Amino acid sequence: MTPEIVPNFGSENSDRKLAIICSKGNLDMAYPGLILANAALGEGVETMIFFTFWGFDMITKSRMNDLQFSPAGNTAMHLPGSNMHIPQAMMPAPGMTAVATRMLKKSIADLDVPEVPDFLDQIVAAGGHLWACRMSADMNKLTMNDLRDDVEGIISASDFIEMTDGAQLLFI
Amino acid sequence: MPVIEVAGKQVNVNEEGFLTKYDEWNEDIAKALAKQIDIELTDAHWKIVKFLREDFKTEGETATSRRVQTVGGVPVKDQFVLFPKKPAKKMAYIAGLPKPKGCV
Repeated sequence: MTPEIVPNFGSENSDRKLAIICSKGNLDMAYPGLILANAALGEGVETMIFFTFWGFDMITKSRMNDLQFSPAGNTAMHLPGSNMHIPQAMMPAPGMTAVATRMLKKSIADLDVPEVPDFLDQIVAAGGHLWACRMSADMNKLTMNDLRDDVEGIISASDFIEMTDGAQLLFI
Repeated sequence: MPVIEVAGKQVNVNEEGFLTKYDEWNEDIAKALAKQIDIELTDAHWKIVKFLREDFKTEGETATSRRVQTVGGVPVKDQFVLFPKKPAKKMAYIAGLPKPKGCV
């Protein structure tokens, strides 16, 4: 009799939780949190994302479609598919951010990875929870009406810490 | 790699129990694999399993949840209802395919 081998898909009642704080609004820095959140949800991990400071742009309706990527100040930036660097002094040139943003968006789309708003749709569909930072909302004079409809609330840092009791935490 | 018996047929699997040979899969095996992980296959499940099988034939890799939504037409939300907690891996397992490689 051959032994049966059944994959271990974990216990149905695993209580693993992940809290991700998204504090950056640059296009390149928006993705790590989303990719990890999506991966965690796909592994059955309860996931909560807190958007704060520039990360607030990811859930602000008027800004979420227009996140940008600038190579300025990023010494790791090289031309796609090569090891060649562009001198930093040229990075602030007019149009550079637009070109870099377009290039990055294309590389991401080529991998079938959705744009930020679509990606958040998928994360919410997978059971992820989105929360907005109270101080960022006040600083930007924004209310729930300015945010994606699936943001569950504007809460203080202490509320978020309290609600993520026992969770693993990532700050991005 | 181990060979085990599923639904009366000898099949090659990896150390986790995922089938390793595309052609060894059949619908009875899918039912048996699903049962082992407490899933009763309905038409909605079959739609995804069949999409995964077809898509693998042309793409050479297992579709991710994202692709099952955008190409296969089954929203991510429904995938989580049909294959709770870990839809991508459970779908692949039942369809006799490797775990999806893509991150998204």
